[in-house]
Amino acid sequence: MTDQSIRTKAAEDGTGYWSANIRIITISLIIWALVSFGFGILLRPVLAGIEVGGTDLGFWFAQQGSILVFLGLIFFYAWRMNKLDREYGVEED
Amino acid sequence: MDQFTLNLLFVGASFALYIGIAVWARAGSTSEFYAAGRGVHPVTNGMATAADWMSAASFISMAGLIAFTGYDNSSFLMGWTGGYVLLALLLAPYLRKFGKFTVSEFIGDRFYSPTARLVAVICLIVASTTYVIGQMTGVGVAFGRFLEISNTAGLLIGACVVFAYAVFGGMKGVTYTQVAQYVVLIMAYTIPAVFISLQLTGMPIPALGLFSETTATGGEGSVYLLTKLDQIVTDLGFASYTEAHKDNLNMVLFTLSLMIGTAGLPHVIMRFFTVPKVSDARWSAGWALVFIALLYLTAPAVGAMARLNITELMWPNGTNGEAVSVETIESDERYDWMATWQKTGLLDWEDKNGDGKIQYYNDESDAMTAKAAENGWEGNELTNFNRDILVLANPEIANLPGWVIGLVAAGGLAAALSTAAGLLLAISSAVSHDLLKGQLTPNMSEKAELLSARIAMAVAIGVATILGLNPPGFAAQTVALAFGLAAASIFPALMMGIFSKRVNNVGAVSGMLAGLIFTLVYIFLHKGWLFIAGTNSFPDTVDGSLFGIQSTAIGAVGALINFGVAYAVSMSTRDTPQEIKDLVESVRVPAGAGAAVDH
Repeated sequence: MTDQSIRTKAAEDGTGYWSANIRIITISLIIWALVSFGFGILLRPVLAGIEVGGTDLGFWFAQQGSILVFLGLIFFYAWRMNKLDREYGVEED
Repeated sequence: MDQFTLNLLFVGASFALYIGIAVWARAGSTSEFYAAGRGVHPVTNGMATAADWMSAASFISMAGLIAFTGYDNSSFLMGWTGGYVLLALLLAPYLRKFGKFTVSEFIGDRFYSPTARLVAVICLIVASTTYVIGQMTGVGVAFGRFLEISNTAGLLIGACVVFAYAVFGGMKGVTYTQVAQYVVLIMAYTIPAVFISLQLTGMPIPALGLFSETTATGGEGSVYLLTKLDQIVTDLGFASYTEAHKDNLNMVLFTLSLMIGTAGLPHVIMRFFTVPKVSDARWSAGWALVFIALLYLTAPAVGAMARLNITELMWPNGTNGEAVSVETIESDERYDWMATWQKTGLLDWEDKNGDGKIQYYNDESDAMTAKAAENGWEGNELTNFNRDILVLANPEIANLPGWVIGLVAAGGLAAALSTAAGLLLAISSAVSHDLLKGQLTPNMSEKAELLSARIAMAVAIGVATILGLNPPGFAAQTVALAFGLAAASIFPALMMGIFSKRVNNVGAVSGMLAGLIFTLVYIFLHKGWLFIAGTNSFPDTVDGSLFGIQSTAIGAVGALINFGVAYAVSMSTRDTPQEIKDLVESVRVPAGAGAAVDH
C-alpha cells in the first residue's frame, strides 16, 4: 500500500487511525487534568479526609502523585500508539 | 583539605569531563551542529533532554521556593512535569514526522508564510532570552558560592564560562556532554537528600521520607515530619506548610502556564528532532520524564527537610525556648555555612534588639506581635535568606561531609551550564538558520552560518547577563515568566498546526502576536518594562494586579487568547490550500518518516 492510499483510508474511515488517536489523547488528558488540577488543587478539600503521612492525599498528589501518573500516561500512550500504528499499517519501515 | 579546595577539585574534574567529551564529539557540519545526525537512542536522548531541561531553576531554585512556601509552590512540581504529557501526546511525534530542524521551520511551512516563521522566531527569542536571564541568576549564585565571592562577580565569571562552553560544539557535542552532566547533577541532588532523609526519618528514599515519621524527636512518640514542620513554622508565625494559601484560580493558571510553556520551549522540542523514528519520539518523552522525575520526586523532600533543619538550627532549644546566640553562630562549626554564604551577600542576620541572640520569626504576623513585645524582640533577625541558596547550602546546613558539598557545587554548575548552553543553541539557530539563512540571506555559506550562530550566542548572553544583575525574581520565578511567554505564543500555533486543517496563515500570525503581546505587556506592567525595577504600573501581588492574576500565571490566559484569535481570524478568512491539508495529513501518520531534510 502506498503512503497516499493509507492516508486516504485513514481519512475516509470515520473510526480510523486519527480518530482512534484523538480518543486515546482525550482520555489521557482527562486523567492528566484530574490528578493535577483535580486531586492536587480543586478537589483537594474533597480528599481532605484521606490521611497520607502527616497530611492529606491532595498534598501527596500535588507534590508526587501527579508526577507518577504523568509517567504512566506517557508510557501508556507510546505503547498504545505504536500498537495502533501496526493495526492500521502506518508504522515506519 | 579545606572545603574551598575540595569544591575546586569536584568542579574542575566535572568540567574536564564535559569539555573532553565536547572536543571528542565536535560538530563539523551544520546538520550535526543542530541535530546530531539524528542517531540518538531514546534513552540517551531522554537523559540528555533531562539535563537540558533541569536548569538552575529546577536544581538550584525550586526546592528553596517550595521550602519557604510549602504546598502553594507545588505548581512548579506539577507544571514542569505535566508539560511532558502535552509534549508527548500533542507535539513530539508529529514534529519528528515533519522532519525539519527547528520549530519555526514547521510554523513557516505549515502556515505557508514567511511572516509566520518570522513571528515564531521572535517569540522564540523573547522566551529563550527571558529563560537565560533566570539561568544567569542561578549561575551567579553557584559561582559566587563556589569561588566565595560576591554574587555579581560570580555572575560575570559564570557568563564567560557559559559562553566559552556553548561555543565549543553544537548539539552533538552537547548531547553526550549532557548525558555526563545528567549523571553529575542527579547524584549531586539525591546523595545529600538521602543523607538528610536518613538523619531525619531513617528512610533512605527521600521521596518516602517526606511522608514518614521523624526519628529526631526522640521520646515524644511518633510524629510525622510534615506534622512537626507545620507545628514549628506556625509557632513562629509563618503560614502552615501543607495548607493552601493561594487562591485556586492563580494556582491553576500558574500550573497550566508552566505545563503549556514546557511544551512550547524550543530547546526541549528540538530534542525530539534528534531521535531516529516517530515511535522513538514517543518513548523519548517518557524517558526524559523518568530522569526528570528522579529529581522532581526528591525536590519536595529536600525543601521540607531543609526548612525543618534551618528552623531547628535557629531555635536549637525548640520554638518556645531560647533562640540561637550570635556567639554560637560565630564559633560553632555547624553554623559555618552562615558565614560562608554571608560573603555572597545572599544571606544576612542582625541582632536588632542587642540581646546577643538571633530571633527568626515572621514579624509581619499579627499573632507574633504580642509575643515579640513580651520577649523584647524587634523584628526578624535572620534579615536575608535568598531562596536560591537553599539547595546549595543544604548539605552544609545538615553538616554533611565535605565531598558531598563539593559534589553539590559541581551539580549546580552542571545544571545551570547545560540549560544555558541548550538555550543559547536554540537562540543561535533561530537567528542564523531561521532569520538570516531562512529569510534575509538565503545564499549564506555554511561557514558564515556557523559564525553568525556564534555571534548571536554572544549577544544573547550579554543581554542576559546585564538583565541578570538585577533579575525580576528568584531564578525559578524568572524562568516561570519565560514559560508564560512560550505558552502564550509557540504552543498554540504548533498544536493548531497539527490538530486543525482550517487554521490558516493570517489566523496563526494574528494568534501568535495577540498571545505574545498580551502576555509580554501584562508581565512588563507588573515586573517593570524590560524588567527594569520601578517602571511597573501595578504591584506584583495577587490583590494589586490588573486582573487579579499574577504575572507568572498570565501565560495560560495568553494561550487561550492565542487559540481564540487564531480560530476566529481563520474562520473569517480564506481556507487553507489543498497542499497544506495534505501536509497536515502526512504529519499525522508515522509512515514515510525519512531522515530529516534541510530545505
